Order: sequence, then structure tokens, then C-alpha cells
Amino acid sequence: MNYIEIALLALIIICGIATCVTRNLMVSMIIFMIYSVFMSVSWAILRAPDLAITEAAVGAGISSILMFITLKRVHSLRDEDRSREAEDEEI
Amino acid sequence: MWMTLWNNRIQVAAVILFAVGFVTLLLHRNLIKKVIGLNIMDTAAYLFLTSIGYIENRLSPIIQEGDTALETYVNPLPAGLVLTGIVVSVSVTAVMLALTIRIYRRYHTLNLDDIYRYVHDEMEGEQ
Amino acid sequence: MKKFKEWLRDWDEGTFDFTIDTAAAGNEESTVSESFEKTALTDLENREFRLFSRAFPITAVILASVMIVFLLSAVMRLPAFGSPHTPPAESVTIQRYIENGLSETGAINIVAGVILDYRAFDTLGESHVLFAAAAAVFILMASARRRPESPRDQAILRDDPILRNTTKVLVPIILLFGLYVIFNGHLGPGGGFSGGSIIGGGLIMYEMSYGPTRLQRVLNLKTYKITVLVSLLFYSIAKCYSFFCGANSLHTIFGPGTPGRIFSAGLILPLNMVVGIVVSCTLYGFYALFMREQI
Repeated sequence: MNYIEIALLALIIICGIATCVTRNLMVSMIIFMIYSVFMSVSWAILRAPDLAITEAAVGAGISSILMFITLKRVHSLRDEDRSREAEDEEI
Repeated sequence: MWMTLWNNRIQVAAVILFAVGFVTLLLHRNLIKKVIGLNIMDTAAYLFLTSIGYIENRLSPIIQEGDTALETYVNPLPAGLVLTGIVVSVSVTAVMLALTIRIYRRYHTLNLDDIYRYVHDEMEGEQ
Repeated sequence: MKKFKEWLRDWDEGTFDFTIDTAAAGNEESTVSESFEKTALTDLENREFRLFSRAFPITAVILASVMIVFLLSAVMRLPAFGSPHTPPAESVTIQRYIENGLSETGAINIVAGVILDYRAFDTLGESHVLFAAAAAVFILMASARRRPESPRDQAILRDDPILRNTTKVLVPIILLFGLYVIFNGHLGPGGGFSGGSIIGGGLIMYEMSYGPTRLQRVLNLKTYKITVLVSLLFYSIAKCYSFFCGANSLHTIFGPGTPGRIFSAGLILPLNMVVGIVVSCTLYGFYALFMREQI
């Protein structure tokens, strides 16, 4: 039984460090999603099933979706900047 | 010394995760990375709290056929606290990300140093 | 050690962490719009900033390691993991919750009983935290003009057979499972928060694939406001008597009932439904506000 626990803890720590080290924002968000899936499994192991369901639905689901949308909005704003700057150069 | 650390390995993992989130929060100048760092610190604190409530080979706190003896169930209180905590950290993340979008719309950068410089220039400009 | 030096050199030149990372190699600085030209830093400021940006990561890592050492020394003094003789495991409150939790609240899931009956005031505050977060995001993101969906988004949405068919199959199941989790909150694991977030996720998935117009018929701004306010009001009215006169498990007309049946645990089921509504509406509201700045 505690092999799963040890493997899980190691994976959680690796994912935590991976989000810190990766440069690309998209990659670190995906790794954060994996991190919270492992965290919801660890809640289940720690005999707290309510938390497992909530963390899975909320940690991996909602907060990651919000981060992806933030990145999408930032990218679209940046593209607008770039297109406006391109027009300025043409004028 | 190592035996106790090995026995409490989940709490040690929670402490390490808290430090990883703390370093992520401090090291990166990008606002979204800081949001992720704070989320990691949140879940680390909840992991620590839930591991305090865990008791060896006992069931999760759902009563089985009226057997309400104390010895058969895990401590239900940390589960209740962390449940509220998870939803609060989602709300905080949502507000932080909304602020990030608004900051980007105004300053066109997510880099905190540039933002400080722009704010500094603006305040000087107003005086 | 070499990796750390190279990592530090990258950090020093500021290329380590640029704002938006596209290709890892061609990382360009953030685009600076005309009105915010970076002012030329004075020589002193430049040196100061360079010193700071070199010293900052090192001090941050040292600070974190000092924190780890302190916390680990505290963890060493903790009782062994999972031992039943710890003070919290033998405290009187736990005895009260587990031993007569079923008889007082009627909830088989003690955690639901704790959250919605013994500590109902705390969960009331929790729902108001969600409401405040939704209000804050609304203030920050809502814009009067109907944000025109960029043609690229429409293209993605309209002819994406994979997303649409999976949604056609999955969303009813997700919503049904969310309802199940809410309704069995007091009988098994789950409850208002988990069920609500599942339903919120289902709504988000539906809107992602079919676009907002269909959902607007059911969940537009008006109905959003009404449902969230009515549910918070119901929660406060249902529990206000027991809050003010301190009786935490006063048997109102909904007695604890026979444990095991759905309509059994007194007020816990309606409160679970109410919290589920607040959570799902709020999470859907976050998505809608982030995506199209309008609910």
C-alpha cells in the first residue's frame, strides 16, 4: 500500500518543482493540472473522499481552465498590439 | 531522526511543496507564475492539515450501519476545513487572474519589474 | 552545478523569465506599446537593479531553505503519522461529532454533518466568499459592449465535430453525476461544494462547445443574479434561527428523519442544494466573465 503513497508523493513533488522550473507558461499550467490530479488522488488515499472529488473538479478543472483563458486573452491582446505596431510602421 | 522523518513523510512532502510554491512565488517575475506558486502553497498547506487528521487503518468518516464508535473513523474535522479552503483558493485564483488580465490590458506586460517601473513613472508624472 | 550557473546567467540577463513565452529559443522581450516607453534608467539605478536582480534569486532560495529547515524541525516533533493517540484524535469534539453526529444531524457523512449543521455559520461565510469573488471578477471583467467573438473562435466552435459529439454524450452524464453528488451529500462522500463544481464544469464544457447563445436562454445575467441571491437568502433564513440562539442542531420541521433515506438529514439536503447552486453559478460566472466579459 505505501508504495503507491511513496510514488504519489514523489510525483507530486516532481510536478511542483517542474512547474517552477519550466519557462513556458502553457507547459507549467499543464503540469499544474497534473499536479492537482495527483493531489486529489492523495486526498483519496488520506481517507478524505469529499476532498478528492472537490479537488479533482476544482483544482484540475476550474482553476486550470481560468489560467488557460487568461493566457489566451493575454495572447490575443498581444497580437492586437503587434498588429497595431505593424500598422504604425507602415504609415 | 531519519525514522521520524520517514514516518511523517507526507508532512515532510507538504513542507517541501510549501517551500517549492514559496520559491515559485518569489523567483518568477511573471504574474501568472506567481498565481501558480500560490496555488501550490495552498494545496501544500491543505495536505499538511489533512495528514494531521489521518489515523492508521480507520475508515473515512461515513457511518457504517450505525457503528458510531470513535475507533472506526478518521478525524472528520480537517476534511471539513480543507473542503472550504479548496473553494476559497479557487475564488482567490479567479480574482488574481482577473487582475492579471486588467494589468496586462493597461501596461501590456506581465513582468512585475516593468509594471513597477511604469507605475513609478506614472506617479512621478502626476506630481 | 553547471546547470545552476547557466540558469543563473539566463536569469541575470532577464531572458530566463520573459513575459509571454512563445518559441523557447526565439524569446523576445514583451512588446512595449508606444505610450509606455521604458524610461532610460540612470546609471546608478541600472547598477542597483543589476545587483538586485543577481542577489534576489540567491536570497530567495536561501530564505526558502531556512524555512524548510525550521518546518522540518517542527515536523520532527509532530506525533507519528496516523497514530491514534494524538491530542486531536482523542479530543472531545471529535467524540461528539462521530458518536452522536448521526443522531443529532441525521447525516451519515459526518463531514457533511460538520459542515452544514455543526459549523453551518462557517459554510454561510464560505458561500459569501464565493459571492464576493464573483462580484469582484464581475467588476473587473464585465464590459457593457458585447465582446464580438473573434472569427477564429467562431470557426473553432462551429465545425468541431469531436468537441460537439463528446459534449453531446458527456455533459448530460456530468450534470447528472453533479446532481447525484449534491443529493447524496449527506449519505456518501460529496456535498454542495463538490457537486456544484462538477455541475459548473459541465456548464463550462457545454458553453465551450455549443457557444453561449443556447445557454443564455437558461442562464443569463438576470437569472444568474436571482438564483444566487435567492439561494444565499434561503441559506441565511433557514439557519438564522439556530445561528442567533446558538442551538446548533435545532430540529426544525425537518427532523433528522431515518438515516439512509435521501430526504432524511434535516436541513442538510436543502442547504447542500443551495450551496451547490451558488458554487456552480459562481464557477460558470468566472468562465463566462473571463471568456466573453459578460454572463
